[in-house]
Amino acid sequence: MSENFRSSETKFLDKTNRISFIYNGKKYYGYKGDTLASALLSNGVHLIGRSFKYHRPRGIMTCGSEEPNAIVQIGGNGSFTEPNVRATEQEIYEGLEASSQNCWPSVEFDVGGINNFISPVIPAGFYYKTFMWPRKLWYSLYEPAIRMSAGLGKSPTQPDPELYDHNHLHCDVLVVGGGISGIIAASISADNGNNTVLIDDKNSLGGSTIFQDDENFKIDDEISSVWLNNQIKNIKNKKNLIIKQRTSLAAYHSYNYLLARENLADHKSLNERANKLRQRLWKIRAKKVILATGAIERPLIFNNNDRPGVMLASSVKKYIDYFGVKCGNKNVIFTNNDSAYETAISLNKKGINVTIVDIRGKSSSVLVKNAKDAGIKIYWNHTVVDTKGYRRIKSIQIMEMSEDGTNVIGSKINLVCDNLSISGGWTPMVHLFTQSGGKLKFRDSDQVFLPNTATSDQINVGSCNGDFELDDIIKNTISDCKSFLSSSSTDFDLIKVSCPKQKENKNVWLLPNDKPLGKTKPFLDFQNDSTAKDIKLAMREGFRSIEHVKRYTTTGMGTDQGKLANMHALGIISETAGVKMGSLGTTTFRPPYTPLSFGTIVGRNVGTFFDIIRKTPMHTWHENHKAEFENVGQWKRAWYYPKTNESMNQAVQRESKAARESAGILDASTLGKIDIKGTDASEFLNRVYTNAWSKLGIGKCRYGLMLNEDGMVYDDGVTTRLSENHYLMTTTTGGAANVLSKLEDYLQTEWPELDVWLTSVTDHYATASVCGPNSKNILKKIFPNIEFNDENFPHMSFKNAELDGIYCRIMRISFTGEHSYEINIESKYGKSLWEKCMDAGKEFNITPYGTETMHLLRAEKGFIIVGQDTDGTMTPIDLQMDWIVSKKKYDFIGKRSLYRSDTMREDRKQLVGLLTDNPSEVLEEGAQIVQDEKKQPIEMLGHVTSSYFSPNLNKSIALAVVKNGKKLKGQKLLVPMKDKTIKVTVSDFIFFDNKNERLNA
Amino acid sequence: MFIITCPFCGERDQSEFAAGGEAHIVRPKQPTELSDDEWADFLFMRKNIKGVQFERWNHAHGCRKWFNVIRDTSNDKIHAVYKMGEKPPIK
Repeated sequence: MSENFRSSETKFLDKTNRISFIYNGKKYYGYKGDTLASALLSNGVHLIGRSFKYHRPRGIMTCGSEEPNAIVQIGGNGSFTEPNVRATEQEIYEGLEASSQNCWPSVEFDVGGINNFISPVIPAGFYYKTFMWPRKLWYSLYEPAIRMSAGLGKSPTQPDPELYDHNHLHCDVLVVGGGISGIIAASISADNGNNTVLIDDKNSLGGSTIFQDDENFKIDDEISSVWLNNQIKNIKNKKNLIIKQRTSLAAYHSYNYLLARENLADHKSLNERANKLRQRLWKIRAKKVILATGAIERPLIFNNNDRPGVMLASSVKKYIDYFGVKCGNKNVIFTNNDSAYETAISLNKKGINVTIVDIRGKSSSVLVKNAKDAGIKIYWNHTVVDTKGYRRIKSIQIMEMSEDGTNVIGSKINLVCDNLSISGGWTPMVHLFTQSGGKLKFRDSDQVFLPNTATSDQINVGSCNGDFELDDIIKNTISDCKSFLSSSSTDFDLIKVSCPKQKENKNVWLLPNDKPLGKTKPFLDFQNDSTAKDIKLAMREGFRSIEHVKRYTTTGMGTDQGKLANMHALGIISETAGVKMGSLGTTTFRPPYTPLSFGTIVGRNVGTFFDIIRKTPMHTWHENHKAEFENVGQWKRAWYYPKTNESMNQAVQRESKAARESAGILDASTLGKIDIKGTDASEFLNRVYTNAWSKLGIGKCRYGLMLNEDGMVYDDGVTTRLSENHYLMTTTTGGAANVLSKLEDYLQTEWPELDVWLTSVTDHYATASVCGPNSKNILKKIFPNIEFNDENFPHMSFKNAELDGIYCRIMRISFTGEHSYEINIESKYGKSLWEKCMDAGKEFNITPYGTETMHLLRAEKGFIIVGQDTDGTMTPIDLQMDWIVSKKKYDFIGKRSLYRSDTMREDRKQLVGLLTDNPSEVLEEGAQIVQDEKKQPIEMLGHVTSSYFSPNLNKSIALAVVKNGKKLKGQKLLVPMKDKTIKVTVSDFIFFDNKNERLNA
Repeated sequence: MFIITCPFCGERDQSEFAAGGEAHIVRPKQPTELSDDEWADFLFMRKNIKGVQFERWNHAHGCRKWFNVIRDTSNDKIHAVYKMGEKPPIK
């Protein structure tokens, strides 16, 4: 780059720290403190990207978070890349790599630019209207093609290697925004004894006043920038004030709960940031909030207002006064207000050529007088009707406006320029205020929405509250903060402010042109390429609500949420429809204020920290014996134990056979266990289970089925009566926490009169379940003092026991249909219990089996698994478990619902068994079941819930829920699969030992 | 994310609590005496109003106690918190 646009000295950058960076493959230089935008401008680079829809060349428009155009891809390929980063916010660092987005093959020559020339045939709603037919082309042609051209940047292809963090912060007062009003507010708050936090999204405090060197703006007889600089030095010494820079507020929720992203490393080189936190998400709870978020300048809406080189006037001022960068050699300022004259004067002082075009007829402001005195040419009552220049603005054409402002008259004047600074007035940043639930009001005099009523303890100060003059800003900030914080006096009570006042407002939302609207391109939303034409088209097509127009035209739906576009869209709708703007309302501002990366949102909750992992006390044994694990809720359960070269199916077949032929052992520690005590414990169980509990003897176990109040099966498990008023309930592994909550709910709210106490003891006991014909022989060896005959220790009973002096509970219960014992021992002895069982069982070939074999064995017996064979729509009657529903009990949870007309329907889906005609064919779980394949539409009768190949029966078995299933026993049904239809016969769902002879074998 | 004053533990963040739907719906003492419509009314019908609503909340990640809250659903303002079995302090 031959020409250097760094024209003047600046105290805000470290000129001794020169930094090189790569943009679109080319090396450039800037200084520490530069944003990517200011560094590129200093190298004369304006062209940054291509627009979303028409692929028009676009440049840098602003200097902050509102930037719609200059969004770039940061970093190379792979994991460190990030799309849609605003060049106006990204600070440069040594080795930064950035590239343009939405262009191919390059930003200079982009094939998609063809869209610009066919734009007359792709208006708003084009995609909705066009790709409707022929329908079959959608998946093969339209969708892939649209997908390829859609989207701006590229997503990373690798996991994010950076570190992120979350942190909580509590404070008395949070001040958002480090401009002049934020600084004053933070100062008053801290002086008043409040623990105060000030956050600001930039790398230096002071907002736009910190580079306001104009003699017209004075505070306490000092130039405003000098005064503010002293204040900033002052507040940095305050003990109860925390200042967080490079921290942007993302969300403002109710009750003053706010989320802010602190940027810790994005401005550092990859070497400097290695192994350091990239960003931290602060979760802030503030007693009081002061929003000082400022205002952003509005663009003006005229033909071809989007070319590189068209910028907001206030941004041009920041680039010259703060970064020392001139945005052009021949500048034209196009304005409807006085504030843009500050830019003109700044440029003029630095010897840069500037001309002003003002849509107003005159202004008596002192700024205008200063501009005139400096010899700046002003075209009063003129508007820009066109701009020229493809990759950078080259010239503009202006015309005189008619008296009423709706037309242009006279002849065109051509002005040669390489920068056009536009200013359409100011919009208060009320986004955060409305996120918190605040309601807005409309001020007609300068057409702005302002905070009206707040729902939380907070105020707005400065220009976000509609004060645009320095004296109003300072005086109102001081008085509002004093009353908000109940402060009787402040350091600022005698403050003296002088500043120019805004004169003669004139606002025209869509500027007039000599051509009809249809022949022009006045852009509103620069990022999403929607124009004033699109808004008018939407209105002609009948859209009226601002929310509908927004979605139809996509105005304000880009990554910038239309920070620049929304007011003009509203203005044009209100003018076209003849409705007052105040009554139109605004679209909803949603968090985050600026995009957050996923890493920031999830913080440390990635990888193994994503969720809690629960392991049983025997876990390491399972690991050492090569178990494969299955996730059951948060638990890791042993799934099966493959031997060398064994497939899952082979392992499960072997385990299942061993358990029935000799002995098997299962880790059942994950089953939920609830300890129930109290004089009303029996009555309580009567109310929560469908069967009767009063007569259960001490030392006996009983299976129970729990319903929801709607009559549907909720959970099941065996409960043991340990003593008169003491029970141990077991629940399903996944249901444990919910069952406890539900039971607590009933105890606390419906039956507070019951003397019952519930304690979760799931983690307190480890459980080994030993089953099979040799289980008794194994337990005899471990517990020689217990008599294991059927009289002393029958099925469904329990014994206290000791293992090497450690207390155990043994329940003789069975989920496999085999003679079986469950041994509970204090968790820390779980592994040694397990090892003892393995030792004692060695001579009987005891085989550890996992959850898959457990499921197979119970399916052979037709035992349900709640959540697999039921889905919240199955009653006990549907499950053919009428036997467990007490007819005698007056009431239990869900009883009344079993007599509703719907639950009594006979053609409900019911649990049945299915046998495949080809006994070696195993059905797929979840497969649909039909009777007649030919009838269209095919009637779905139900689905397969559990399906296995049974090694003990040597055939395929399945459980299913089928409409009217009870009556279909013996009938043939069909299970259509992708490549074939499987014939099945409805059967009994108990496939094995239906006389339960093996329980006592 | 609002703040709830648990009647047993004091002011805590909403994330510690679980919502439990409309308050003051009493489980009928004699369900079998009710018609299908009456039972359905108890079982399914819940108010979901914009404005002041009586709700059940549970301090799930705290003392695990259930209690009642009077909350304005339009702005999440909590007007009162009271224990189970107590009469609403307002209205």
